[in-house]
Amino acid sequence: MSRAYRHDLNGSGLKRGSLQLDIDGVSLRFGGVQALREVSVQVRQGDVHAIIGPNGAGKTSLINCVSGLYRPQAGAIRFHGDEVHELTRARPSRIARWGVARSFQNIELFRHMTVLDNLLLGRHVHMRHNIASALVYLGPARRQEIGHRELAEEVIDFLELQAERKREVGTLSYGFQKRVELGRALCMQPAVLLLDEPMAGMNAEEKEDMARYVLDVNELAGVTVVLIEHDMGVVMDISHRVTVLDFGIVIADGTPAEVGADPAVIEAYLGEAA
Amino acid sequence: MNGTPDSTFPQLLAGLAQEHPDRVALREKRYGIWQPITWAEYEARVRRLAHGLASLGFRRGEVLAILGDNRPEWVIAELAAQALGGVSVGLYPDGVVDEVHHVVDHAGVRFIVAEDQEQVDKLIALRAGGRLGSVEHIVFYDPHGLEHYELDVLLEFTAVERLGERLEQERPGWLDQEIARGAAGDTAVLCTTSGTTGKPKLAMLSHANLLSMGTSLMSLDPIDRDDEFVSFLPLAWIGEQMIALACALQAGFALSFPESTATMRNDLREIGPRLMFSPPRIWESLVSSVQVRLSDAGQLKRAVFALGYAIGERVADRRLSGRRSGLLLGFAHVLADLTALRPVRNQLGLVHLRRAYTGGAPLGPDVFRFFHAIGVNLKQIYGQTEICGIAVVHRDGNVRFSTVGLPLPGTELRIAEGGEIVLSSPAVFSGYYRNDEATAEALRDGWLYTGDAGYLEEDGHLVVIDRATDVMEADDGSLFSPAFIENKLKFSQFVQEAVVFGGGERPYVTAMVSIDMETVGTWAEREHLSYTTYTDLAQKAEVYDLVSRAVARANADLPEGVRVRRFVLLHKQLDADDEELTRTRKVRRRTINERYGSIIASLYTDAKAVIVPSVVTYQDGTRVEREISLRIESANGVARDRPRRGRQPAGVGGRD
Repeated sequence: MSRAYRHDLNGSGLKRGSLQLDIDGVSLRFGGVQALREVSVQVRQGDVHAIIGPNGAGKTSLINCVSGLYRPQAGAIRFHGDEVHELTRARPSRIARWGVARSFQNIELFRHMTVLDNLLLGRHVHMRHNIASALVYLGPARRQEIGHRELAEEVIDFLELQAERKREVGTLSYGFQKRVELGRALCMQPAVLLLDEPMAGMNAEEKEDMARYVLDVNELAGVTVVLIEHDMGVVMDISHRVTVLDFGIVIADGTPAEVGADPAVIEAYLGEAA
Repeated sequence: MNGTPDSTFPQLLAGLAQEHPDRVALREKRYGIWQPITWAEYEARVRRLAHGLASLGFRRGEVLAILGDNRPEWVIAELAAQALGGVSVGLYPDGVVDEVHHVVDHAGVRFIVAEDQEQVDKLIALRAGGRLGSVEHIVFYDPHGLEHYELDVLLEFTAVERLGERLEQERPGWLDQEIARGAAGDTAVLCTTSGTTGKPKLAMLSHANLLSMGTSLMSLDPIDRDDEFVSFLPLAWIGEQMIALACALQAGFALSFPESTATMRNDLREIGPRLMFSPPRIWESLVSSVQVRLSDAGQLKRAVFALGYAIGERVADRRLSGRRSGLLLGFAHVLADLTALRPVRNQLGLVHLRRAYTGGAPLGPDVFRFFHAIGVNLKQIYGQTEICGIAVVHRDGNVRFSTVGLPLPGTELRIAEGGEIVLSSPAVFSGYYRNDEATAEALRDGWLYTGDAGYLEEDGHLVVIDRATDVMEADDGSLFSPAFIENKLKFSQFVQEAVVFGGGERPYVTAMVSIDMETVGTWAEREHLSYTTYTDLAQKAEVYDLVSRAVARANADLPEGVRVRRFVLLHKQLDADDEELTRTRKVRRRTINERYGSIIASLYTDAKAVIVPSVVTYQDGTRVEREISLRIESANGVARDRPRRGRQPAGVGGRD
């Protein structure tokens, strides 16, 4: 009878503060361009960990290495789950199954599907029944389907998407689409959520909303968030830890206060804004 | 199922649970699905919570405050308090901290049921300020975000129910005795008055008051257990108490609670209510939504609607005056209904609507006409919180847009000196809670002095002019109601709120208008007019022209002496949080007069503009004061191109 959620959106079984994602000396080259040079970042369970840097600093490249879209030439990325997985050699689908979910800088949703269907797609990694039993929709397939819908509905409630549930994603405003993308990643019950500039191109109000949802995901659902962001204000407000990249090199790493006071950071990044 | 004014709400609930245990009593849309609660479950939950509250020390006669949106838990909490011989007081969920404090403090509340984190945060803010002295228990039912709150007064609803289960097992039959001890004359609810003239007062309404009103209404318009009602207006409002509790517990129909405010329209459509009682703003917004959809529709659709609407209007005119339509008109109406009118009703979710009422404030005749033309039998209700919301109502086949109808059976009505409406009926309240002075003023020799000015027409129909204190005398000596003119202005889809000034020292009538951001915004987009903020949009010359046409159209229907001569578009929307409106969205004239004195003064000079200071508070707390110049426009006469009155479909009329 309680109105509490029945599903835990946090897929990590680790204790708060233990090492969740260990990026260790990763280097990535595109021909003559050195995108990442021995980058090391340690993400701890339960944190909002921001990765910031000027344009072309290699932030998205780093995220793409973690989610398996790029293969770094050197270094290792270790994901701590029930066992330790090495991500640099794994397929993206495998990595997703282990519990690494992500959103994209440019929205990558199925525009002609409804919000609900897009969210259910996030459940794909957890669907166990085969095509034959799904076709007849009896027994376990049916039970599972209902369970998946239940979780997707909790995510809809969490992100306040009730009024948009049955609408085609393509007809929604940009802010809503971003929220749906966050929702789809959450439906995976991820251990780590990689968000690639979730607030890019938003106005102040939309940004504030999004920041609120990211905080809720972290504080209420307990999900570890790796956040790539351009907007320094947002980052400093909501992150526990910040890593600064510049020309593919880590130039600072620490709490928002430490990083904000670092002269190298001010010169590389804040300097241009000040 | 007939009215039994000698019982209490919990006694009626017990009866229904026994008679129809498996029928649906409540329905809530949650997780995208309508989840039913039967009468048996409803009663079981009320009993559990009542036991739980009792084991926390809730006493007979004590007040339980309820703060939240419409959910099953809201009505369960109210009935649980009443089962123990207690009283419930509803608080408006959008009320700010001070409003919550006023009621909680005044009623000496020890127990509060609050919905969620948002509401609990208000109570915590009050507590931190040491202003929540009396409160001992805060019971919440939506735990999201409250997991980490560590306060000993906080308890989850389900935890109280579990406490209750234990007591229920220990003392079987105890609650039945408590319920049986309840008498119809006991106070059931404290209902906040709307407070247009000051702080809301708390009217004490007994079970007998509420039930007798329900019986009288249902003796005119029978309501049965197959009716459907969507409960989306604040349960703190008397109108919602009346239908969702007093009528539902007598007739046994089901209540449906929408999923969220944003999904309300769609949820309404899914249920297809057979019964609706809403204040004018709901009906007005339904008309606006039709106008907006129509202006986006193609030529053919607009033409079909205009034709169908014209036929619907003629049929409605005949029906309302008690005449029947001829064969030809009847046939045309069947076609019009099929092609134009029913689809519109369907879009609004009103296809199954059998009983439709408007109340709480006057509804503009144009909106009235619209609903009758599309086939919704909308009727005006006049009443006050102090008389359980209903005293006078239209009868089927005898609806006149300018009146509020005839008194309910059992209601006596007379016009006192100075034109004040005075009422007497079994539904008249027993007094204001802890406010003998106000009680003595409102209740004299068993008559309720309403403070509204009105008169009776020859056939007994009551015409309500306005609050007696608001009625104004025009330059030529005639009396007029600002609300009447405001409603004329508000019929334009572009006008959200209008406040009219005049009378006394003021030589002519003027208006302060706030535009509807959504419709004006859409219009501006179509006109390729760029704007940034509400203030910017409101001050565009084109928008002034737009509103100017609406003013001219309103003027066309008004007598010479009370036409709006000058108007100003306000730089902000009137807001209940700024105390400019009551929680039921009525204008607080005194506040407006004080706050916007300089603007009003300029309306009576030749000034082309007025400078007003505006304080903007940013989200981070910094405040910036800047000055805004508001244009003042003179309304140029009346609309000349207006077609014959009443023949213009609302949707087409609002287009330019």
